[in-house]
Order: sequence, then C-alpha cells, then structure tokens
Amino acid sequence: MSPPTGITRVTLLKDLRLEWRSKDAINSMLFFSLLVVVVFSFSFDPSAEESRQIAGGLVWVAFLFAAVVALNQTWARELRNQVLDAYRVSPAPPNSLFIAKTLGNFIFVSVLETLMTPLFIVFYRLRALGPAWQLLLVAVLGTWALVINGTFFAAMSLRTRSREIMLPLLLFPISIPALLAMVQATTAILNGEGARFWIVLLATYDLVFTTVCLLLFETVLNAE
Amino acid sequence: MIDTKTSTISVTNLIKQFGRFAALRGVTAEFSGGKLYAILGDNGAGKTTLLRTLAGLNQPSSGEVSILGSSKFHDICQQVGYMAHPSLLYDEMSGMENLEYFARLYGIASRTRCEEVIRAVGLDPDLIRPVGQYSQGMRQRMSLARALLNDPKILLLDEPFSNVDLHSATGMVQLLARTRDEGKTIFIVTHQASLLEGAADEFVWMEFGKIVGRTRELKRPETAGDSTK
Repeated sequence: MSPPTGITRVTLLKDLRLEWRSKDAINSMLFFSLLVVVVFSFSFDPSAEESRQIAGGLVWVAFLFAAVVALNQTWARELRNQVLDAYRVSPAPPNSLFIAKTLGNFIFVSVLETLMTPLFIVFYRLRALGPAWQLLLVAVLGTWALVINGTFFAAMSLRTRSREIMLPLLLFPISIPALLAMVQATTAILNGEGARFWIVLLATYDLVFTTVCLLLFETVLNAE
Repeated sequence: MIDTKTSTISVTNLIKQFGRFAALRGVTAEFSGGKLYAILGDNGAGKTTLLRTLAGLNQPSSGEVSILGSSKFHDICQQVGYMAHPSLLYDEMSGMENLEYFARLYGIASRTRCEEVIRAVGLDPDLIRPVGQYSQGMRQRMSLARALLNDPKILLLDEPFSNVDLHSATGMVQLLARTRDEGKTIFIVTHQASLLEGAADEFVWMEFGKIVGRTRELKRPETAGDSTK
C-alpha cells in the first residue's frame, strides 16, 4: 500500500483534476459571493469608518455561505456511481481521504477569497489601519476552521435525504466560535487594534476540531 | 460445523437488518477457494446484501464472516476485488485515469498493470474519452478491470453482465473462468444465470434472506419455494 501521504496527494490531485474539468464548486461559489458583494454594496453606502466596522462580518459571512456550496459538492461526486465504496473496500486509510478533501476545499475557498477580496476592498473602500499581514493569518486560520468542520459535517450528512439542508444546520452552530474570532480579528486589524487574542482563539479552535475530526472520520465514513 | 481453516470464506448465522427489515436471516455457508459461485435469486432475496457484507461495506447485525481466516475485512482487503452494480468510477475521468488512481490506493504505481487489466476486459487503454461518455457495456467492463486491478484472491461481482451485449458478456465470462482457473475465488450475483452455465462451479440459490440450496447445475432446487407466487 502507498504511504498515507501518497494517497492524500493522489486523491487531492484527482479532486483538483475533477474540479478543473467540471468547475462545479468554484463557479457556484464565485457567483454566490459576487452577488453578496454587489447586493450589499447597493443596499448600504457606508463611510470608510463604517466599512471598517462591518467589513469583517460581511466578508466572512459571504465566504461561509459560499464555502457551503463547495462543501456540498465535495462528497456529491463520490456518491455518483457510488465511487466512495471503491475507496472503502481498498486498504487506503480513511483519514488520507479526509485530509485530501479538506485540502481540496481549502484550495477552492482560498481561490475564492483571493478573487473576491479585491472586490470587497474596492466596493467598500477598505484600508487597514493595523498590520495588514495579520489579515493573511486570519484568512488562513479562518478558512481552515470553515473547511475542516465543513468537510467533516458534509461527510456526516452524506447519507441523509436532504443533505444540502443538513450541512448548514450542522455546520453553522459549530462554526460560531470560529466565525466570531474571524470577524473580531478582522475588524480589530482593520481598525488598528490588537487582534492577538482572537488569532490565538482561532488557532486553538483549528487544533481542537482538526484533532476531533481526524479521530471520528473513520466512524463517519463507515456508518450505514 | 463449518471449518474456517479450510474454507476461503465462511459465513455463520449471518443476519443483516436495515431498521426492522431483515435482508439476511441467518445465512450459514462455507465456500472453498478456486471456484466460481453464481449467486441467484429473485429481487430482494438478499444477494447484494450478502455480497456487500462480504466486501466489508455492510456490517453484520449478528453472525460472523471469515475471509481467508480473518474476521476483520481490513486485514484482507488487499486480497479482495469488488465490483458493484454502479460503476464505482469517476465519470469525468478516462478509464486509464480512473484505474491509475485506484491502483495507487492499493500501492500499485505501475501503469503497465492498468493497461494489462484494461486489455484483459477487451478495452483500449489509450481511449481518452471520459467514462461518462462510455456505453453501459464499456462501463461495466472498465468496472471489472478496476476490480481486477489488485490481482485479488477473491472477486465479488454484483451484476457484472447487466446491460452488456451477449458477445461482450460471453467474453467477460471466459475471462472470469480463466481467472478462476488461476486459483481465484469468484462470486457473481446475477439475473443472467444462463451465461454462467458451464463456467460456474456452483449455483447458490437465495430466497428471503437465506441460502435455500446449492446446485452444480443451473436448476432451482426443489427445497426452494417460488417467491413469485
């Protein structure tokens, strides 16, 4: 058997290849976030000061909703033709699949964030008063918080009849602490205040939930 | 009394329930190696559930399954090939890309092995069309190639001939008979039993979640009732 890292790598490459060919996740995410940016920019006309206050919440809520679209797609393609069963009967470790799926989602959501952030900056005339590089750290930790739980709960709702409804119902409540930390950290950096506490909270959240998800994924994968 | 040491697969009082419905109701049987078994029965007889339980995809509600002397599927999964009714292939990738991916899950890095099994099922390894554009028959054959990829000792095949034309199905039966002659044990769940006449070593008849008879010829045993009545 290939080492787990090798299986993670080939599974990730396979997922990237499938997404490149179908563009299912990235297209729906982009259109969704674009709509959020445009609709909100028409609804409000905030001053630069007000923008700094609301942008953190707006950006992360938009990314959270958009990420759900991608997360629903993650396992949907494994259900078509029951391909997941081929993985389950193989000697490949379940966590290699989980990590590959999480990394894949991390890449998709990061691409979305990279494309959408300039639009947010332009539409809301954003300028950070604090160290802007910290926003990158918040983005990485925040995105990981969304995708690790999202990938896990998407797998959990895989066999439910209304899985597209079930995913947000499971994911949103558990993401509240992370979302709070992401929003507060972003707002603090934009306003030139200290964000250390929120960044540490976010990192701790990531560590705890990554560990829990890795411990439980095999049970979720083999549940009937 | 079942001798788990000599039989390749032994199943003891296997019960599988889905909620209140019992798909398998106390299946007890042993199967020796190097034989081709055709599992027959009406819809809902429990054939697919039995195969999925042997493949480790369904956990038994009670009872025991022992494959190659192990009751833990994970220990012997390298020795088992499984083909389901759906293709278990990614529609957006070509047959070769699919097989290369699944080969890596079994630690097979060689492209040659993938080409070998694709040729064995009568397809062209250089076909670049995605599997989603294959005919149903081609998909079935590619699915069989995937199951053969890891050179398994035990092959579990669910409806391998459905929607396959007679010529291709006959070719698949010949391939499976050759595979059996190499010492592999093959289980085929099918409604097209006549295709396996002459190739199968034993016909295993199921009804209402139980094995009701085993025959050497394609003849429903008298002990089995007619579930259509």
